[in-house]
Amino acid sequence: MENFIQQLIFALRIGSIYAVIAIGYTMVYGIIKLINFAHGEIMVFGSYFSFLLASSGLNFIWVLLISMGLTAILGMVMEKVAYAPLRKAPRLSALITAIGMSFLLQNIMLLIFKSEPKRMPELISMTPFEVGGVLIDPITIITVGLSVLFMIILQIFIKNTKPGKAMRAVSQDTNVAALMGINVNRIITLTFAIGSALGALGGILYSLMISQIYPTMGIMPGLKAFVAAVLGGIGIMPGAMLGGFIIGAVETFTKAYLSSSWSDGIVFLILVIILLFKPAGLLGKNRKDKV
Amino acid sequence: MKKSNQLVGLGFVIAFIAFVGISGLLFILALAKEPSVTYAYAGIVSCMLLMLVFSLAKKTSKTLKSYLNNAIAILIIIVIVYPLIAHNKSPELFPFLGGVSFKGYTTGIFILICINIVMATSLNFSTGFLGQLVLGHAGFMAIGAYTAALIANILFAAGLPIFFVIVLSLLAGGVLAALSGIIIGIPALRLRGDYLAIMTLAFAEIVRIIINNLNFTGGAQGLTGYASAQIMGLSKETFSLYVFFTMVICVAFLVLLARSRHGRAIISLRENEIAAESVGINSTKYKVTGFAISALVGGIGGGLFAFHMGFLQPSMFGFMKSVDILVMVVLGGMGSMTGSIVAAGVFTWLPELLRDFDEYRMVAYAVLLIVMMIVRPQGLLGVKEMSLSKMVRKIRAKLLKQSDGNLMEGGDE
Repeated sequence: MENFIQQLIFALRIGSIYAVIAIGYTMVYGIIKLINFAHGEIMVFGSYFSFLLASSGLNFIWVLLISMGLTAILGMVMEKVAYAPLRKAPRLSALITAIGMSFLLQNIMLLIFKSEPKRMPELISMTPFEVGGVLIDPITIITVGLSVLFMIILQIFIKNTKPGKAMRAVSQDTNVAALMGINVNRIITLTFAIGSALGALGGILYSLMISQIYPTMGIMPGLKAFVAAVLGGIGIMPGAMLGGFIIGAVETFTKAYLSSSWSDGIVFLILVIILLFKPAGLLGKNRKDKV
Repeated sequence: MKKSNQLVGLGFVIAFIAFVGISGLLFILALAKEPSVTYAYAGIVSCMLLMLVFSLAKKTSKTLKSYLNNAIAILIIIVIVYPLIAHNKSPELFPFLGGVSFKGYTTGIFILICINIVMATSLNFSTGFLGQLVLGHAGFMAIGAYTAALIANILFAAGLPIFFVIVLSLLAGGVLAALSGIIIGIPALRLRGDYLAIMTLAFAEIVRIIINNLNFTGGAQGLTGYASAQIMGLSKETFSLYVFFTMVICVAFLVLLARSRHGRAIISLRENEIAAESVGINSTKYKVTGFAISALVGGIGGGLFAFHMGFLQPSMFGFMKSVDILVMVVLGGMGSMTGSIVAAGVFTWLPELLRDFDEYRMVAYAVLLIVMMIVRPQGLLGVKEMSLSKMVRKIRAKLLKQSDGNLMEGGDE
């Protein structure tokens, strides 16, 4: 039982990281129907920013905020340079651009930081404490807390503010939103900024978890976060959160109770099974094509 | 009636070919030092001449003519390319190529290009022609590669001739990949667009993880010491011919299929599924078939890869491999086999050329990819195909026109 609770806490930790990253995928997809493959690399950039800032001796809050800000700027630049010229192009070429962007960012990081893993400095060093036989790492609480906090902020932003409303309008129908006087380009840029900032948050939390950092570390969590977004129904924000926690739980529990080498396989298998029964994801609605 | 007409001049044609073939053979024999290669050459050249005569004969049907023209072109390619890869020890053979020197790895690149052409054209069949974005083509490749490697081991141990070992194990790999294509294809049909893409991605990852965890596949350490081309005693040069002709057969199969009635049905599904269904095209049947065929050829490509590499690791068939192939297809132009072939060639060779700038190579590659998409999003060739017979016809028409024009001018004077 204690072991189970212990695993549950691990699952919450990794799940909240996946959820935060998945939100970036799902927001961008919801707005411009693009699978932003570069999101995993954006996330790694975020953690490299935090690595550099932490090495210069800033405290955790500032490290977090500044690297999220820098990553948001990076995301906006990426959108303006690579994706904006392709607004009207076929969707697949936008997808390939995203893949190219992912290559580019990855290799820039390889050039700057080299491929050897670096030790991530412990931003917060606190000793784990025990509650009823379960060992809890404070960083776990911070991870889950921060993720949930930012998700709530994002929900409030999207539900209650004007730009949030505009964002929802654009994702429903871009053309009509433009006719209603919404500056679509600005909203798309804003979406990329928010998504990238959240990606940075996820990247920092992830690199704190594995306590190291290397340029290609974004591939697997990126892929899994993406799976999480699809699982919940891509384009739907609560879906991404739900999907993230499910993927985190599945991964942790298979690692704990079945086999660690099969855990990724089980994650993908569950995705396949869920898609078979709910083809548009857990929270997605099935839309029929019209002639 | 038509057929009997075609056969009228056959006796003459055969006699002519025999004459040309034998004289060509003697000519080459006189020049060469290495007899086995020479015989092969003589065979190829006489074959070529035979086909040329047939193709030029007036009575040959149009379809046959185009087949013959293409076959001749393929043989010309191998006649030009083969010395480049076989005689790579003596670069001075080709002074007109200037600074290009053919070191030992040229053959390897040639083989890789051929394999990538097989992979790209097969992916193009499902992504470009059927219109379903597939992000897990490396999964089919992995299935083909491991199956071919394991089957080849058994067959080689049983003492079969190398030719049969290669052909049978490639087929086995292809068939198993096709079966898995059907298994993934039937449920995937319920999904649309991106969900289907993710499904294939998940499938490829599952395949990779299964291979990673099984014992007889060697697990994460990989599979080594199976009957690869090297272990069976094939030289790289000879093996490159196997790869080349397998590639030709695969591409011809895909192109002919895409042009057939079934191929047009598949293309119509890409253009508009609902409209296609309403004119009576069974979308389920054609989607599954298209998927399976793409997987079949992809599996064969994987088998070639296995024979070439000599060792296999699950990590070779990760997500990046699928993306590599997809990039070739998209840059070449989705729905253009010619485009896939060109892009597979360029994007296999380009990284090798840029090897000297190793650090910046991948950056340049990525920038190229992005710029290419912004400047020319439909890919190098769009949906255009290069057709040899069309070219021949055009050239002929131009020549005829010119001579007509000359006549007219002459008349005016």
